[in-house]
Parts: sequence; structure tokens; C-alpha cells
Amino acid sequence: MQLDLRSQARERRAAHEAAPVAVSVEGAYKTFRIPHQQFHTFKERALHPFRSRTYDAFHAMNDISIHVPRGEFFGIVGRNGSGKSTLLKCIAGIYQLDRGTIGVEGRLSPFIELGVGFNPDLAAEDNVIINAVMMGLSRSEARRRFEDIVAFAELEEFVDLKLKNYSSGMAVRLGFAVATQVDADVLLVDEVLAVGDASFQQKCFEVFQRLKDEGKTILFVTHDMGLVERFCDRAMLLERGQMLSIGEPHEIGLLYNQVNFGELVHGAPAGEAASGQRPVEIRTCRAEVGGEHVSDLPHGESLEVVYEVLFGERIEDPVFGVSLRNDMGQTVFASTTQWSHPETGVFEPGETITVRVQLDAWFASGRYRMTPSVARRGSGADTLDLREDMASFILHSTRSSGGMIDPPHRFDIERARVSAG
Amino acid sequence: MTLESRAVTGGVVVGDFRRFLGLTWTLAVTDWKLRFYGSVLGYVWQLARPFAFFGVIYVVFTQIVDLGDQIKNYGVYILFALVLFNFFAEVTNGCVRSLVARENLLRKISFPRLAIPMSVTLTGLFNLGGTLLAVFIFAVGSGVYPDPGWLELVPLVVLLALFSSGVGMLLSVLFVRYRDIEPIWEVLTQILFYASPVLYVSTLVDECCQRPYTSNPLAAIMTEMRHAIVDSSAPDVVTALGGTVRLLIPLGIILGAFALGLWAFNREAPRIAEHL
Repeated sequence: MQLDLRSQARERRAAHEAAPVAVSVEGAYKTFRIPHQQFHTFKERALHPFRSRTYDAFHAMNDISIHVPRGEFFGIVGRNGSGKSTLLKCIAGIYQLDRGTIGVEGRLSPFIELGVGFNPDLAAEDNVIINAVMMGLSRSEARRRFEDIVAFAELEEFVDLKLKNYSSGMAVRLGFAVATQVDADVLLVDEVLAVGDASFQQKCFEVFQRLKDEGKTILFVTHDMGLVERFCDRAMLLERGQMLSIGEPHEIGLLYNQVNFGELVHGAPAGEAASGQRPVEIRTCRAEVGGEHVSDLPHGESLEVVYEVLFGERIEDPVFGVSLRNDMGQTVFASTTQWSHPETGVFEPGETITVRVQLDAWFASGRYRMTPSVARRGSGADTLDLREDMASFILHSTRSSGGMIDPPHRFDIERARVSAG
Repeated sequence: MTLESRAVTGGVVVGDFRRFLGLTWTLAVTDWKLRFYGSVLGYVWQLARPFAFFGVIYVVFTQIVDLGDQIKNYGVYILFALVLFNFFAEVTNGCVRSLVARENLLRKISFPRLAIPMSVTLTGLFNLGGTLLAVFIFAVGSGVYPDPGWLELVPLVVLLALFSSGVGMLLSVLFVRYRDIEPIWEVLTQILFYASPVLYVSTLVDECCQRPYTSNPLAAIMTEMRHAIVDSSAPDVVTALGGTVRLLIPLGIILGAFALGLWAFNREAPRIAEHL
């Protein structure tokens, strides 16, 4: 099954390679100058005409080259400040390159964020029109599509309300609804899914899937490796303005985690120095049954995933998480404390704690690998430490159902009563 | 389909002129709406400022300085001149902060940047139109009746709008670099107010200085406005300047200001998002 998926991906990539290029970036450089002394007024300029204008150069992009074929879903990942958004802004034409060229074939969506131009003092219709005109629709087109937009955002009852009376989720829905109406061949998407509730996110995913099926080209910036693996055909990893790697989403995801946790910074060996500076370090991870470390367990047993965390700095209310993956690489279980324990407490440097996750092992038989994680307070995207497949256990079962999970269940067979009347 | 070069977008109007117009219009209408929203008296308030100021000026200059008898239809003149000057002041001062105020747009989306100062000019024109309606009524009430000469107001307003938007574009990009443009321009606006015939008429200026005085585009526009609308016996701008050829000076300043503003704006536009 896994082989199947891989070969499908290969075919898809081969098809893309044959497709014409939709976005090409060639040797792109972008440097921001951060002056040591800011001159913001004529007065200062006039009083200190000879004061030197020294500055620090911040290299946001260093020789970035990408070729995205038409119809590809291309992920751009990297840590904060790695140059992801700068790249997107350069492609959108918001920033100018210092050196290099950018070519875009087809209509490019000019926005990288939702709801640009929304004004809190105006009602939905005015805001939709401003936003749609900003994105390149004509006023009449925008007005014609207004009904559809509001219907998609599920805000029919609230059209007359000023935007300031909307909840943030409602405003985001409206923004996303407008964005889906933009007829672009190439879309640039910067972390749109960081907000919104679960059902809205699901709706976004459906739109992404539809766009993907329609053969639109999408450049997608995110921190969420799950989304990259789910949607992207290829992904690129940026680090300090350099392109570290470009390739299959899963590999990029693994590499991202390595970079994120200091094991691969500019080829530096994973040394003591790096690990010593970590804000959080997951030391060990194991499966336990009844307080005993086990490497295998029977189906249905009450299982505990246990991991030890060492804090290197003071962290408030971190989000602890764990996921289990089967041999196929499918995530069969994933959970975090984000919803169940929003306040996990304050941890001081040097403190070691043990996290225990209890669950009943109602999975099919096979090997399961455990991925523990610790993230900063918030959505859980800002990971502090994450150890992919850190440890594993084998689950054995007396029967093989063929299903991925095998929870307690019951059959009732009721025979329809034949009335003798 | 060929590879489209991205070098020109972001700043210049070329290419997506329709989008530029739609955007300018939308931004202007939004600003206009926001100003009057929720207030039925919005329009009345819009009129209150020039009319209240006019009332004070009128009393001072007719009762105290006693100019009223010397100048025909003095009240109507002041009101027209005041409204036109207000338009200039509103547009230029509104442009100063316009780019910085729209930072969230500039940083998040690529669009013809020129739409921002142009929308300020357009909002100014909406306001001017609304105020002029009331001024016309006042003029008729004061015994100044419309005649074909009033049509001259159209080219005069166009010239004034060109001048204002030209200065506005220049100020908007300057403000991104130099934040003290704002108080500097406020002072300069005050100086221009007294250097232009708003409270008085240009014929009161000493004979010897008439020509250089009327070279100021605002003075030229006001002088011509007086001749065309308020008092046809007053000298027109050609007479005041002493020759048709000299008309090229204020015209040149107007077009020059517009060209300079446009050039400076387009020069800065592609990188404006980075400098904010």
C-alpha cells in the first residue's frame, strides 16, 4: 500500500515535470538594510549631514531558485525569519528583488493574507467589495458574487452587521470566502489556516482539494508539517535565507524537525553545545503497562505512553502531545493537551518532568512508533521539541480484522418478526 | 501565454488601468462613506466648517476692515475661494499620511500604489462637489446668478485637482522618509493661505507685484474664478498676468507639480512596502 502511494506520487511528479512552469524564481537575492541610526526627519538630516549611514544587512533570501510546474501544490517551510514570507511577497510583487528574476505564468493572486482592507466600521457588503477589488475583481463582478461569498461564509444573517461586531472567526470566514472567488491560476497562501475553528478549517481543506483538482498552482507557506504532507506535492525548506532542501513533503518534514531542534544548522554536528541550549529536551520515551516498561502488549491493554522532558528555560503552559504511527506511516492516534489542559503550569529551567498519556490500545496488531512533542502555548504549531518515531512497541492481537483500529464493539442481529396474522 | 515580467507591477499604472480606476473609486467611496456613516447630519457637518469660518471672516472683513463696499459680491467671493482652498488643503494634507495609514494594504497585497493618493484626491472632489452645491445656493441668494461663465469652474477645478494631487503624491512619498513633513506642510499651507487671494482679492495687491503674485497657481485660479463667477468686471487671469504667454507660468507650475509628483511617486512605489 505504501509502495502504491509512493509510485503514485512519483507519477504525479513526473506529470508535473512535463507540465509547463507556472512560477520560476531564478537566483533571487533580497537584503534588508537595518540602519544603525534611523534618520526619520529633515531636521536630523540637516543637523547631522555627515553622520555616517552605516547599516546591518539582513539577507532574507540568498540565491533562491525554484521552478513550480503548473498544477503543483508547493510547500514552503522554514522557521521564523527564514525568508518564507519574503519570498512570497517578492513573488506577489509587494517587495522587489535585489537580484534575480521571477516569472509567473497566468493570473497571479496578489494577496498573501485574508481580509486585506477590511474596515471594522463597514458592513459585510462594503468590506467584500473593497477586499475583492483589492484582489483584482471589478466592482460589478464583486457585487454579483456577493451572495455566493456570504453563503460560503455562512454569514447570511449577519450581512447588515458592521464588521467590528463580528467575531474574529466570522471575519476570517468572510475573508476566505472572498479569496475563493478570485480567479487566479497561481495562488500564494501564507499561514491562512492558523486561525479558525475545526469546521472552518475542514472547509478550507475542501477548497484546497478542489483547487488542487482544478489544476491550480499553489504556493503554500506553513509551519504545520501535517498540512505539508497532506496537500503538497513537493516542498522546500528554507533556513536563514538559504534553500536547504527541496523534495518530497515527508522528507522535508523530517528535515524541518531536525533543523528546528538544532541538529542540523548549517551542517554543524549535533553536539553538546547545541543540545545544551535547547529550551526543552525530550529525554526518553517508552510504552508502559501497569507501570512497567514494555516493548510489546496485547490488544486492548491499558497503555501509557511515557516521556521525560527536561526544561532548559522557563516555559509557561506548554502544550504536550503524542502521536502514534503504524508501519504504513499512517497516524492512528494523535492528541495534545491544547484543549484538555490549556494550563499545564509553569516549568523552570533544570526541571525534569514526566508526561503520561493513558489510552486503551484498541489498534490492529503491528508495530507502533511514538512521536512525543512539546510546543509553546498556543495552537501547538510553535514546536519546542519533537522526536519523530522516538520509540516503538508491538501490539499483538489474536485476530486480524484488516481494519486500522479494532475498538470494542458489538453485533446485534435482529430477525424481523413475521406476524402470523 | 508567455512569461510575464514582474518588474513593472506594484508601482506603475500601466497594464491594469481598469483595476487602478476601480481601486481608486472604491477607496474614495469607502472613505467618503466612513466619514458620514451613522450620522444623518454628516453632510451638514461637512458644510459647517467652511460656512462657520466664512461667517467669521465675513464679519471681520466687512464690519471691521470695511472691505465689503469696495469689492463687489465680496461674501460670495470669499466663500468660493475658501471652498477651493479647503479642497487644496484637504487633499495635500490628506495625502501626507495616506501611504503610512494604508500600511496594512501595502504590505499584504500588490496593487497599483498610485490608487492611494488618487483616492484621497477623489474623496476631496466628492466633498468639494457637496460643498459647492450649498455655495451655489448661497450665491443665488446673494444675487449672483449663474451664467455661461460659471462653466469655467470645471477646468479650474480640474487644474486645481491636478495641482493638489501632484503636490500630494510628492508629499506622500516624502513622508515615508521624513516624518516631519507633516508639521512642515501644515505651516506651508498656512503661508499659502495668506499668500493667495482667499480672504482678499488679487486686485488689492500692489500694482507692481501683480504679475509675480498671480504666477502662484492658486492665485491665478482664484483670480480667474472671480472674473468668471463673482464679478465679470474684475480682471481675468490674463489681464492680471499681463499677457497670454505669461499664463504659461502658473500652468507650467501646475503641470510641473503633477509631473514631479508622479515621477517621484513612481520612483518610490516599487519599494514603498519595504520602507514603511
